[in-house]
Amino acid sequence: MSAATSREEPGIYHKAGSLHAERRWAMWSAYASLIFAAIVFLAPPFYMFITSLKTSGEIANLVGNPWLVREPTLENYTDLLSDATFLGFFWNSAKITICVVALTMVISTLAAFALARMRFWGSQVLATGVFLTYLVPETLLFIPLYQIVGGLGLLNSSWGLVLVYPTLTVPFCTWIMIGYFASIPKELDEAALIDGANWMQMLTKIFIPVAMPGIIAATIFAFTVSWAAFVYPTAFVTTPDQMPLTIGVVSTLVRADTFVWGKIMAGALLAALPPVIVYAFLMDYYIAGLTAGATKG
Amino acid sequence: MAEVSLRKIVKAYEGNVQAVKGIDLEIADHEFVVLVGPSGCGKSTTLRMIAGLEEITSGDIAIGGKVVNDIPPRDRDIAMVFQNYALYPHMTVAENMGFGLMLRKFPKEEIRRRVDNAARILDITELLGRKPKALSGGQRQRVAMGRAIVRDPKVFLFDEPLSNLDAKLRVQMRTEIKKVHQTVRTTTVYVTHDQIEAMTLADRVVVMNGGIIEQVGPPQELYHNPATRFVAGFIGSPAMNFFPAHLVNGAGALRVRLPDGTELAVPAERRTRYAAYIGRDVTFGLRPEHLTESKNLDRENVATLTCTPEVIEPMGMETLIHFRVQGEEICGRIDPTTEAAPNVPLAMAADMNNMHLLDPATGRVL
Repeated sequence: MSAATSREEPGIYHKAGSLHAERRWAMWSAYASLIFAAIVFLAPPFYMFITSLKTSGEIANLVGNPWLVREPTLENYTDLLSDATFLGFFWNSAKITICVVALTMVISTLAAFALARMRFWGSQVLATGVFLTYLVPETLLFIPLYQIVGGLGLLNSSWGLVLVYPTLTVPFCTWIMIGYFASIPKELDEAALIDGANWMQMLTKIFIPVAMPGIIAATIFAFTVSWAAFVYPTAFVTTPDQMPLTIGVVSTLVRADTFVWGKIMAGALLAALPPVIVYAFLMDYYIAGLTAGATKG
Repeated sequence: MAEVSLRKIVKAYEGNVQAVKGIDLEIADHEFVVLVGPSGCGKSTTLRMIAGLEEITSGDIAIGGKVVNDIPPRDRDIAMVFQNYALYPHMTVAENMGFGLMLRKFPKEEIRRRVDNAARILDITELLGRKPKALSGGQRQRVAMGRAIVRDPKVFLFDEPLSNLDAKLRVQMRTEIKKVHQTVRTTTVYVTHDQIEAMTLADRVVVMNGGIIEQVGPPQELYHNPATRFVAGFIGSPAMNFFPAHLVNGAGALRVRLPDGTELAVPAERRTRYAAYIGRDVTFGLRPEHLTESKNLDRENVATLTCTPEVIEPMGMETLIHFRVQGEEICGRIDPTTEAAPNVPLAMAADMNNMHLLDPATGRVL
């Protein structure tokens, strides 16, 4: 009956003819919003780049278009890169991040594997608990952590940061990887069990290679969080020799109300470089990691 | 290679739900046994208990004379082929097949030799360098079998290995599996819900239903002498017909009286067998191929009845006709050259040599 009705009222199909126009409109609006978003997000780093190429005198000079560079100079960069303190920040950040990423990946891979595959009493509650800890903001967490880090005698030490950053990275990475491991068909571990694998071999020879996109996504997350951490180093580190880049640039290049804008911008851009490089190399894996598991096959 | 014994095996889940209710089964060395039954009958659970993937609630499983209840899967010396193949996606075909040997620290040359040999048996030599995602369903199934063969285990376990293949490939792989078993002669336990697979592959078929074994026997035995109504109805396609009937003693012979009054003479030699049921309600069972058009009337023990076909299905080599007796749907097989039309009465002949009588209360075949 409904078929008969629609045959009598062909009007409902009138839009079919304008499909092409509709698609074109969708394309245009997609491009327009993407270009808008790109401008919004790229304008600040672009402005930073322009500013980093200016001398302090040119920055202070309010005459003329601030988006143009009249006397480009690499002075800010050469100054920073020849400054042992700045290179020290870089080294601290690199050291902390590498340790944190390694520590996070070992802990969360093992934790996620156990929570996803070894059915034991309380595993469900534990899995939820791991995620809940991620919901506690670091601005709250740093107060009790200060006591703990202090008690361990690691205040004002970059090793103290290696200890506290995983409180941010481990819960989320574990959560991501529980999802990944859970999406691996159960028959795969059963086949491995029958083939003669023990739990550790199952993890290293089957789960880690199969869940590689997820592991890379988690690694990138841990790297970004660790590299960009600001609250914890501000709270726990006080002398420049232990500072990572994020607070080093701010605390040494801002003296009272004097802002060395050119160097701050150059320092911030240099600090942003490693994450950009990591993303560029692992982008394909990262995107695959975000979307895989959403649909089967 | 080895025999497999299941003794009083029970599998109970939380809430005391019993998936397997104390089954006993002896599987001989080199034997190909098929566990068949509808979904939820406990066949897969039984297989997984043999594999060690499910714990046994009670009872004993022995492989090669050794009780394996507490032995982990890797030490049971078994190989399993899964329904979805369970190939490791990041490994090549050769690595997939050799993985079990690698874990057991076999020398590289030995692994290679065995993989090449298995690949030759399964005709997948040219696929050894590929990853599973570059294989078709049938090829993946071969690789999964190859992974089992290279291990040269005591027992092969197959868990519905053909269910994910299309109909044509399924028939092809079925033959392939039979060929492989004839070559390697490893004791095999095979689970399927497809009774044709069970019939074609098995040395012995184990029909399971509701967590118990209904009957065990060679395919032909199950087909011709089913023990219960369930087995009679499950084995054979189309399924056996069941008519509500009454057994009467009339005119020198026992007769099965159908609800419409038709009386069919029971062969004389079965008189003593059915004597206890004279005058009682019984279920009369007859396979479609024993309910044909009445041109074979010259044979002994043939009874005639008239039916009115509702649906006629030409299959090519035969034609199936469907009609009703007191609401029960009945199927008969006639020669494709016989003229039949829906709603036109047709004289049919029941081959009473192949009839079955069942106790309607217990479902046992008398």
